[in-house]
Amino acid sequence: MQGGHDLGGKQGLGPINPEDEAVEPVFHAEWERRVFALTLATGMLGKWNIDQSRFARERQHPIDYLKNSYYENWYEGIVKLLVEKGLISESELLSGVAEQAASGDLRVPNQEDAKKILTSGGPSEMSLENAPKFNVGEQVKVQRNFTYGHSRAPSYVQGCIGEIEIHHGGHVFPDANAKGKLVGEHLYAVRFSRNELWGPSTNKDEVLIDLWEPYLESAN
Amino acid sequence: MPHDHDHDHTEPPSDIALKVKALESLLIEKGLVDSAALDEIIETYEHKVGPRNGAHVVAKAWTDSDFKQSLLENPTEAVAALGYSGRQGEHLQIVENTSSQHNLVVCTLCSCYPWTVLGLPPAWYKSAPYRSRAVSEPRSVLNEFGTDLPSEVSIRVWDSTSEMRYLVLPMQPEGTEDWTEEQLQQLVTRNSMIGVELAKSPSDLDSNNQGTD
Repeated sequence: MQGGHDLGGKQGLGPINPEDEAVEPVFHAEWERRVFALTLATGMLGKWNIDQSRFARERQHPIDYLKNSYYENWYEGIVKLLVEKGLISESELLSGVAEQAASGDLRVPNQEDAKKILTSGGPSEMSLENAPKFNVGEQVKVQRNFTYGHSRAPSYVQGCIGEIEIHHGGHVFPDANAKGKLVGEHLYAVRFSRNELWGPSTNKDEVLIDLWEPYLESAN
Repeated sequence: MPHDHDHDHTEPPSDIALKVKALESLLIEKGLVDSAALDEIIETYEHKVGPRNGAHVVAKAWTDSDFKQSLLENPTEAVAALGYSGRQGEHLQIVENTSSQHNLVVCTLCSCYPWTVLGLPPAWYKSAPYRSRAVSEPRSVLNEFGTDLPSEVSIRVWDSTSEMRYLVLPMQPEGTEDWTEEQLQQLVTRNSMIGVELAKSPSDLDSNNQGTD
């Protein structure tokens, strides 16, 4: 979806004002620490995947998404998932009091489990039967995709022509994964010239972006 | 540097702080999260996993050409061999700066970042201004970090939309050819591995030591 999160090339969002790296803390408030840990810990329940988690944060009014701080969007995301998956209810959220026990076959990770999960990670690579449709060096066009679902094809590259720079192999396809379907697709880094994305320019700057095969068509 | 992230911890808890607290107690009461697991997660990313990992990788690549070659060919494995692997670092790519090409990393759609080597991303990396402008006006973005590249150096901006995680291999600063790996690590900043800055030069280090920076 082309929501408030789809920010590449948007204008008027102001200066970056970076904090000095030497003094910037990892978290700026205790609640950020907590919401970060709650997000990772509830994710380890296995009731949703990373794309569903991203989609939950994206499914907000763009004004809310942009007004919220980063971790406020994380809060919105987990609350949505916890309610949608029936792990908590709206009224429990309002009262702060548990009304019924969480049901089902839940395995809640303890400290050791959490440690193991963080260290082992969750690779997204998948071996695919089908050969890649595109070769390195080939010209491809990003299809227009006006979907309300989750997608990782930002609007600023849609309709633009680029060149395959790297074939990363088969990876979990986010659009399907966000719907709970595990499908692998070939993934490529595609290189776009500055001119193609933003109009005439005197420099040779480029943008490279990872795009899955279903987003692309041949432009030869 | 100016910033607007100051938080006075003596202020009363904000609305969001109260909401998060309520959510945490609810989840603990329902047995959906384990307190010790939460502490483990925070401890890992606040104190254990951070940009010193990446600095180790970069300084080793500068001093050990065999390692550099394996780093460029099989980044995830080469980094894992140094002991850095796990979440948000399952598929690494190293992008090397040269005298004619500079690399910059962003995630325009969210906040994808190589956690295993850099830890959690800084606030500015996740902010709308950086995410919107890095792809469309990288040079003005670099200027905000005090980085001014000659016009003959072209920029490659990597927009991390997938689970591939990009780490910039900065150029080794001049005059450090005989430095040890440990000495070189001090020149490798987090920002240089995102690509918004160059690695520090030996003179930057001197001024830091004198407390003038």
